[in-house]
Amino acid sequence: MKFDLKDALRRHGLLLAFGVFLLAVAANADAFLTLGNILDVLRQVSITGMMALGVTFVVLTGRLDLSVGSLLTLLTVIVVDQHNQSGAAAAIVMTLAAGLAVGAFNGFLVGFVGLNALIVTLAMLSFLQGLVLFYSGGSNVNIPNAQETWFAVFGRGDFMGLPVPVILFVVAGIIAGAILRFTTFGRKVYAVGGNQTASVFSGIDSRWAVFWTYVISGLTTGLAAIIMGSRVMGAQNTIGQGYELTVLAGVILGGTSLLGGRGSIFRTMIGIAMLGFIQNGLLLLSFPYYVQWIVTWAVIILAVWIDIGAKRGRIFA
Amino acid sequence: MNDIILQLSGITKTFPGVTALDQVSLDVRAGEVHALVGENGAGKSTLMKVLAGLYKAEQGDIIYQGRTTDVAGPLDARRKGILLIHQELSLAPELSVAENIYLGAWPTNRFGVLKKRELRSKAQAALQALGCAFGPDVRVGTLSVAMQQMVEIARAEAFSASVVIFDEPTASLTDTEKEQLFHTIRSLKARGVGIIYISHKMDEIFQITDRITVLRDGQVQGTLETAQSDVNQVTRMMIGRTLDTYFVKAKADFGAEVLRVEGLSKAGLFNDVSFSVREGEVLGLYGLVGAGRSEAVETVFGVRRADSGQLVWKGGVIAPPTPRQAIDMGMALVPESRKEQGLVLMMGGRENTSLPHLSLFSALSVMNRAKELATFEKYRSALSIKTTGPDQEVSQLSGGNQQKFVLAKWLCAGPKLIILDEPTRGIDVGSKSAIHELIAELAEQGLAVIVISSEMPEVLGVSHRVLAMSEGEIVGSFEGQEMNEENLIDAVSYHRQSAVG
Repeated sequence: MKFDLKDALRRHGLLLAFGVFLLAVAANADAFLTLGNILDVLRQVSITGMMALGVTFVVLTGRLDLSVGSLLTLLTVIVVDQHNQSGAAAAIVMTLAAGLAVGAFNGFLVGFVGLNALIVTLAMLSFLQGLVLFYSGGSNVNIPNAQETWFAVFGRGDFMGLPVPVILFVVAGIIAGAILRFTTFGRKVYAVGGNQTASVFSGIDSRWAVFWTYVISGLTTGLAAIIMGSRVMGAQNTIGQGYELTVLAGVILGGTSLLGGRGSIFRTMIGIAMLGFIQNGLLLLSFPYYVQWIVTWAVIILAVWIDIGAKRGRIFA
Repeated sequence: MNDIILQLSGITKTFPGVTALDQVSLDVRAGEVHALVGENGAGKSTLMKVLAGLYKAEQGDIIYQGRTTDVAGPLDARRKGILLIHQELSLAPELSVAENIYLGAWPTNRFGVLKKRELRSKAQAALQALGCAFGPDVRVGTLSVAMQQMVEIARAEAFSASVVIFDEPTASLTDTEKEQLFHTIRSLKARGVGIIYISHKMDEIFQITDRITVLRDGQVQGTLETAQSDVNQVTRMMIGRTLDTYFVKAKADFGAEVLRVEGLSKAGLFNDVSFSVREGEVLGLYGLVGAGRSEAVETVFGVRRADSGQLVWKGGVIAPPTPRQAIDMGMALVPESRKEQGLVLMMGGRENTSLPHLSLFSALSVMNRAKELATFEKYRSALSIKTTGPDQEVSQLSGGNQQKFVLAKWLCAGPKLIILDEPTRGIDVGSKSAIHELIAELAEQGLAVIVISSEMPEVLGVSHRVLAMSEGEIVGSFEGQEMNEENLIDAVSYHRQSAVG
């Protein structure tokens, strides 16, 4: 088979650019490729990564979930506050339940009522931001005596030399990946994203499939909030701000198509990790922290451009 | 006036695997309304897209006003004086009438600023020439469909078009609006504009056109003077007969009734449709496009809802099913549009085949990949599907092989009734006869089969009994000696003729 440079660049161009970037950082910052730094990056990405797992389900159906940033804020506030009031175990249960409820509501509006996913979840983003302030009354919450609670294990713990949040992220990723790859539900998600009409003609109820993807997105954001609360041992009213975009960037950087039907959990995990290393590398190269936002922008545009280009069969007209 | 204003000569256009237009020649005279008719897929829209510069023909010339012309795109065509008025109007609802008339070709000064006054007065003139009741400043979105169409026609005035193409212009017009449209067409005609009129509606064609060109399978079947022909003749030319193919008919050995449809109606789509089909029987459903055939079977399968009527499945009345329930009862539908309704194109053959029956290919919701692969291999060899492997995206396969996967996905669960809607449209001859043989084989295995087709030889060749459908109603039922081309054409065209006037 003939080697097609253009095609190879289109398919692996991003990965190639990432490799070049890694080499450049490694050459200029000795700390970059140390085990400690790598584990640090992974610990950082475990929160966005956890959220991205659920969002991948939604994106695979060809829809979006932009509410996860505010939802993370709300759930982190809940888990921290309830930890102080009702104890860690009750706090965890309540957080997950709240995440599931918000996901179910989004899923109902998008899946069953048929409203536009972008609008539904963007509006939910605003609503939850308001709800956070109602709940917290505007003040930040903290967990006193952070050393004394077992709740600390989720964000700060280590197990056999690996950070617990990273283990949680990877285990959740394996489960999510297995659901998508091996179950009938996973197959339905791909089918609805690939061709909703053909799915309906094949007896698949696309409404339920879409509904459950949002429920999963709510659940993974709940898990992310537990890690976040445990790591910070507190919650500000803006703690999850902008996370929706980072999460989405990771998903599409991994190559999951915004048009639906194509992509995987493994790709999302790679995408999120790449984003983490890019941000870490920029900091190590002593760029100011806000440069990462500009880079996130570039990454999103490039990844989407390549995705659309691949669909149309060309990138540059 | 007999000057030829536009001449298409020897236009040939192929798409991978299909010749959409084969040496098509056609001429339009100034001051003439020239009808272009043909079944869906005959090549009408492809021809018009070539004319509007959307497609490039491989062979042939467009000779416009005596000169061989190269059309670069719709806007270029419009500037040259060739205006295409689409079935779906191409207007911007939020812009004013004047802005829409000149859409994409607004008069601007050298800084690119819109010359509003000029735009408005020019548009006003065009509207007046057509006798429109509305002014140039009205927002297009507030106008009725008929008025919006006038806005499109006003472009003909504005660009002094000498050729105007109407593509199914009356699809959503009331009778009065239709009369107004015809009035406008006549005034364009009187001014020497050449008009191409594409329509499925015979009554309109005989009312408004001067000549009729019939297209079938990408070839011109002939051009007739409207005054010297009749509906019957034109319908025959449209349907025609393709080279005789050898059809295998299943042995007529019928069992119990599987499905009976009673008085199924849906306003605007089909009316009082009743039929039944037995085990081992192939029931043909013949009719031209738009007859309501697909809509009726989609309703039986549960993709659509009826206003009234009932279904009897194996002797018992059933509630309108969901597609899931229909599938679980043993119905299968090979839909009309393979790519939109039949397949998830980015999945492979394996995943497409198991898609309607995920519960049969899984245990406790976990997919049984080995079973999927075994089924894939079974149908790959049984239907001789050409694919590189279970996960080659079906988008990369030919139409015939794609259609075989649509069949595989239904056959693998052993249905009791299989409905095939245009099962051989747009596929190669080899796959076509393979599918015909398969239909006979399935009936002999005891399945009830319904075949919908607008290809007469096909429907006559494979069916034991044929229903003719027209304008949403069943207009005839034929079997045995009665089941022949003459009777089918008569049933369909008589009905269409009786709708005239």
